[in-house]
Amino acid sequence: MSGDEACAEGAISAGCRFFAGYPITPATEIAERMSDRLPEVGGTYIQMEDELASMAAILGASWGGVKAMTATSGPGFSLMMENIGLGVMLETPCVVVNVQRAGPSTGLPTMVGQGDMMQARWGSHGCYGIIAVCPSSPQEVYGLTIKAFNLSERFRLPVLVMTDGAVGHMYEKVVIPPVSKIHTVPRRRPDVPPGEYWPYEPDADLVPPMANTGEGYRFHVTGLTHDERGYPAMNAEAQDKLIRRLVEKVEQHHHEIIELEEDGIDGAEVVVCAYGITARVSMIAVERARREGIRVAMLRLVTVWPFPEERVREIAGQARAFVVPEINYGQVSLEVERCVGGMSRTLLVPHMGGTVHDPETILEAIRQAAK
Amino acid sequence: MSATAATNERAEEKHPLAAYLRVDRLPHIWCAGCGLGIVLGAFLRGMLESGLSPDKVAVVSGIGCTGRAAGYIKLDTFHTTHGRAIPFATGLKLANPELKVVVFSGDGDLAAIGGNHLIHAGRRNIDMTVLCVNNFTYGMTGGQFGPTTPSTARSTTSPAGNEEYPFNMPALAAASGAVYVARWTTAQVRQMERSITEALLKKGLSFVEVISPCPTYYGRMNQQPTGLDQMRYYRSNSVVRHGADPNEVGIGISGQIVTGKFIDVERPYLPRPKDESNDG
Repeated sequence: MSGDEACAEGAISAGCRFFAGYPITPATEIAERMSDRLPEVGGTYIQMEDELASMAAILGASWGGVKAMTATSGPGFSLMMENIGLGVMLETPCVVVNVQRAGPSTGLPTMVGQGDMMQARWGSHGCYGIIAVCPSSPQEVYGLTIKAFNLSERFRLPVLVMTDGAVGHMYEKVVIPPVSKIHTVPRRRPDVPPGEYWPYEPDADLVPPMANTGEGYRFHVTGLTHDERGYPAMNAEAQDKLIRRLVEKVEQHHHEIIELEEDGIDGAEVVVCAYGITARVSMIAVERARREGIRVAMLRLVTVWPFPEERVREIAGQARAFVVPEINYGQVSLEVERCVGGMSRTLLVPHMGGTVHDPETILEAIRQAAK
Repeated sequence: MSATAATNERAEEKHPLAAYLRVDRLPHIWCAGCGLGIVLGAFLRGMLESGLSPDKVAVVSGIGCTGRAAGYIKLDTFHTTHGRAIPFATGLKLANPELKVVVFSGDGDLAAIGGNHLIHAGRRNIDMTVLCVNNFTYGMTGGQFGPTTPSTARSTTSPAGNEEYPFNMPALAAASGAVYVARWTTAQVRQMERSITEALLKKGLSFVEVISPCPTYYGRMNQQPTGLDQMRYYRSNSVVRHGADPNEVGIGISGQIVTGKFIDVERPYLPRPKDESNDG
C-alpha cells in the first residue's frame, strides 16, 4: 500500500477513532482511507470546512475522550499552526500528519518537499516543546503513526508525523501485525475524585493526568496562561512556571522519545545525517562512497524534534564532517551545525524540491567532506 | 469594605446558581453595565430548567469578552482560540455524542473570524447550541467596529461612522440551516431563559442571539453612555414577533429591535442517532 494508506492503517491500529480533515494533495489518500475505515471500527470521519477547523475539531474530539488525528500538507499545516498552539497549551493528545510538498505558498502541490521542518518546531507562536517523527517508507509510516499516538498520550501534546510527498505516494509492502502485537499507550487518568481534580497539576514526570469531558470533573481549560487549576493567571510567575514545564516535559524525556538509526558510526570520518525520503536517497550515496574507500556513516533521524543533540555532539567529537542533505535550503542542518559547535564541519546539500536529490550530489558532498 | 470583598461575601451567601459558578474566580472581569452577567445567569437557569444532567453539558467559548463566560461556569468548560469555538465543539460532540455542547461566544468571534465555521455548523446541522452575545463591537480590544456594528455607528476604528453593512445574525443562521433561531435582548430575561431551554432541548443546530449592552464602548460612542441607557433603549424599542422572517429583522443604529423565536423546524442532524432513522 502507499505511505498515505499506511498512515491511516497505523492510526486505526493505534486506536484512533476520530479524523477531521480537509482535502489536500499529497495527503488526501489518508482522509479517503480514514473515511472508509473509521465507520468499520465505530469511529467518526468528518470533513471540515478548512484546516483551521480540522485542527480545532481533533482537539475537541480528544477532550471528548477519543484518540484523534488530522492530515494535511504545507498550506494546511500553516493554517493548523494556530490550534497546534492551543493543543500544546491545553496539553491535548492528538496526531497531526504533514505529507510535505514543496513550498512556500501553493508551491508544487503534487511534488515532494521537506521545507516544513522548522515550521514543525516553531510554527505556532510562543515557546513550547514539540515532538516530530520522520518516516522513510510506508512500513515506517505505519509504525511511526502508532508511535506518534503513543507519545501524544504519554506526554499530552500534539505529535507531528512529518512525512513527505514521495513517501506518501510510494507503494511498498506493509506488514500489519496482529492486534496482540501492537503496543498502544492509554490516556493517563486522574486518580482523584471530581472536586479534587486540577487539570494541570502534573505528576513527578511533569505530565498531568487527563479527565475527559462528561465524567463529572467539571474542569476548566484555557489557551490563556493558567495555573494548576486551569484558571487564567495573568502574571510573569505563572507564565514562567507553565512554559518551563511545557518545554521540560519533552526535553527531560528525550532519551525515551528519540529514535535514531545508525550505520557505521564508529571510526567514520564523514557522517551523513538525513531524514525521511532523503535518508533513503542518501544510502545510495553512502554505499558508493564506501566503495571508493571513504569511511562514511549514516545517521538517520527517525525523531527530528526534540533534536538528538546529545548524540550529534558525541559523534562530532570523532567524525571530521557532517553532510546534511535535505529538500529545503537548510533547516535541520542548522541544528546539526549548532550541536557540533565547531568540533566538525557541517556541509548542507540543499535541494529545492519537486524531486528527491540526485545521489551524485550527495556523493560529491561526501567526497568534499572527506578531503 | 472593598468592592472585591463585598462581592466575595455575597458569593458565600449561596447564590442559587453558586453550584454552577466558579465562585473562586469572582469578581469577573466584565465592566459595570455589561450585559454578560445577565446572559450567564439566564443560561444557567435555562440549563437547569431543561433537565439536562449538568455533568453532560460542556461549554465552549472563543475569545473576547463573551469568551470569558466559559471560565466562570462550573461545568466542563473550554476557552479556546479566536473564532474556533464551533469547530472545537464539533469535534467534542461528534466524539462524545452523549454530551450537550454549547458554544457561548460573542458576535466578533462567531460572525467575523469564526463566520465560516458558523455557516458550516448550520449546513451540517450539528446537534449543539450556539449562544451568540451581540454587543455590536469588539469590546475586549477596546471598541472597534465589527461584522455586526450598524452602519454609521461610531467606534474606535470608525471615528466618522461605520461605512460597512452588518450581518443580520438570525438571517445568517437560518440561511445556513439552523433549525432553531431566536433573538432576545438582555431586557427580556424570562423569554431569553425559556428560549435557551428550548434551544438546549432542540435536536440540531440551535442559535440564540442576545443583544447585550456594552456601555464602555458601543454605548458611550453612540449616545447611550450607560448600561441603563442601553437597557432602556431595548425596553422601549424591542418588539416580539415570533415567526418573523429572519430576513426582515436586521438591526440599525436606531429603530426597532425585532425579537422572538423566528425558526423552529426539523431537519436531519449530525451526529446521526445510532438506533433511529433520522430523516427529519
